[in-house]
Amino acid sequence: MQDSVQIEARHLCKTFPMGQQQVVALEQVNLSFREGEFAGLVGPSGSGKTTFLNIAGLLDVPTGGNITVMGQPSDGASHKAAAALRNRHIGFIFQTFNLLPVYTVFENVEFPLLLQGMPKSQRKDAVWQALEWVGILDKAKARPSQLSGGQSQRVAIARAMVKRPAIVLADEPTANLDAKNSHNVLQTMVKLNEELKTSFIFSTHDEKVIQYLKRKISLEDGRVVEDSEAEARKHEAELQ
Amino acid sequence: MIGFLLKGLLRDRSRSLFPLLTVASGVALTVMLHGWLYGVLNSMLDVNAKFQTGHLKVMTLAYAEQEEQFPNDLACTGVESLLVELRNEFPDIVWTARIRFGGLLDVPDSTGETRAQGPAFGMAFDLFTATSPERRLLKLQQALVRGRLPHQANEILMSDEFARKLGVGIGETATLLSTTMYGSVAMHNFTVAGTVVFGISAMDRGAIIADISDVQRALDMENSAGEILGFLDTLQFEKERTEAVKMAFNQQHSDPDDDFSHTMLSLRDQNGLGELLDLIVMALSLVVGIFLFVMFIVLWNAGLMASLRRYGEIGVRLATGEDKGHLYRAMLLESFMLGLIGSALGTIVGLAISTYLQNHGLDFSSFSKNSSLFMDNVFRAQVTPGSYVIGFIPGLIATVLGTTFSGIGIYKRQTSQLFKELEV
Repeated sequence: MQDSVQIEARHLCKTFPMGQQQVVALEQVNLSFREGEFAGLVGPSGSGKTTFLNIAGLLDVPTGGNITVMGQPSDGASHKAAAALRNRHIGFIFQTFNLLPVYTVFENVEFPLLLQGMPKSQRKDAVWQALEWVGILDKAKARPSQLSGGQSQRVAIARAMVKRPAIVLADEPTANLDAKNSHNVLQTMVKLNEELKTSFIFSTHDEKVIQYLKRKISLEDGRVVEDSEAEARKHEAELQ
Repeated sequence: MIGFLLKGLLRDRSRSLFPLLTVASGVALTVMLHGWLYGVLNSMLDVNAKFQTGHLKVMTLAYAEQEEQFPNDLACTGVESLLVELRNEFPDIVWTARIRFGGLLDVPDSTGETRAQGPAFGMAFDLFTATSPERRLLKLQQALVRGRLPHQANEILMSDEFARKLGVGIGETATLLSTTMYGSVAMHNFTVAGTVVFGISAMDRGAIIADISDVQRALDMENSAGEILGFLDTLQFEKERTEAVKMAFNQQHSDPDDDFSHTMLSLRDQNGLGELLDLIVMALSLVVGIFLFVMFIVLWNAGLMASLRRYGEIGVRLATGEDKGHLYRAMLLESFMLGLIGSALGTIVGLAISTYLQNHGLDFSSFSKNSSLFMDNVFRAQVTPGSYVIGFIPGLIATVLGTTFSGIGIYKRQTSQLFKELEV
């Protein structure tokens, strides 16, 4: 089941200009993610976690190396092609939820489907189903300002999942949640990962998230210093 | 999708109501300013044409050179045949002969001694003939405040203020002391038939209005008149039409070597009105231009602020898979709709205020008490076809351009940068 590679980064580098200097955010990162992963990029602030997620989500471009997302190399991909790829295959979950405040919960979740041009009746069914997955059917008509932090993040998950993406990129999804809500949200994600085979890639330094991860990748100063899957493979190879 | 975006726009008052109010108020001001300035300018032209210059004026060359002194000794002779000739040659223009004169108006008491005296500015034209355009042109019936309009020989109208100053009543005699066409003293008794107020300080201070045949007799100007005025049938001054008539007439009648040959001047050639008009039009264009520019900046800034405020929303939309071109087009459509609705609202408000000012005007008589300019004391706006569209220039173009420029920021920024701003 976990055979097909969805994201493959080779010698990925990213530097940002800061005044006269160049700050290195990623340096020679080699990583690949396969279908159905529940993986996390772990590390302190400034280690390059969010930068990697931005590049993997085609929101940013690398300054060196290359990355292939769902079989499409990022170099040379136009804005339009990148947007189309995001629209079809990638869902985002943010630390601050980023729900559109003037729309209801239903409308927030409906938005990605509108971009896909899905017919109204199909759209309606898909939104109700997504709300059911995350357990907030009763809040469909509420505005984001009427929701708690946990409920808001559930709506964000529903929005990311409604189009049935292959990959969900979650940037510090529990940073603004208390422990109880964090666990609820993470359990929802685990359930979706198992039932729908959607890959979840987190950037986090939250221990609560880390304990749910099936694969843990540690970053430090833009480099991968530990990858639990690579360790396991190595261990397996040694045993054989 | 458009319905979805429209829903968001309507719900977010800071994105819809505030920009709409900004656009509508700016547009209303533009429409009002345009109508007001246009009205004042047109009123000035109208008053000058009707009371002084006509759209065209025929005089002798010598009279034209000293026109301000009313040199009736240099007036046109053979006016009746000249009028016939003009009416035949230029039938779409209304021609009328006038005599302007100065003098002293003496009001005698019962013994014939002077009771009161004052300098008078006189204007004589055809008051009695049914086909005469003058009563209609000068709106004499509306201007009448006491008595009645003259209907028999030697009856005059006086400005009400002048009559009150001299203490002369309706039906009383007033004697004009002036000079004849040949330089001798003229003395003529008139009866005051009524008093008038034109709402023009220069006329209301000390004017008398008489029938031209009475004044021709009084000033010994048989079949003569200082000037023959021509009015375009539309009663609106048109530069090109008047210039064409003037050229045609002058080619045939004007001889620079003959002081008594006839010459035709247009409104623009008299009293420096041409230069004044050009100056006013330039000033108006400048004022309206500056106003439009300021409006443009304000609306641009509103568009910019709205776009900057929405970086968060923009970031989410991009992450969700909306492409930048679609987002940009949606923002332009949004601002176009705001600009259109705001401009329409502003135009309605501006037109309503302009129509009120057109009907009621604002009275500036206290400022023009001593003015010798032929200007209406009540300044009125004028609603023109231009009033219906002028507001859309700043309203629509500035709003859309504002969003166009501010939206470029979205294009230039890396999407991830928008996210950083989103996180703040």
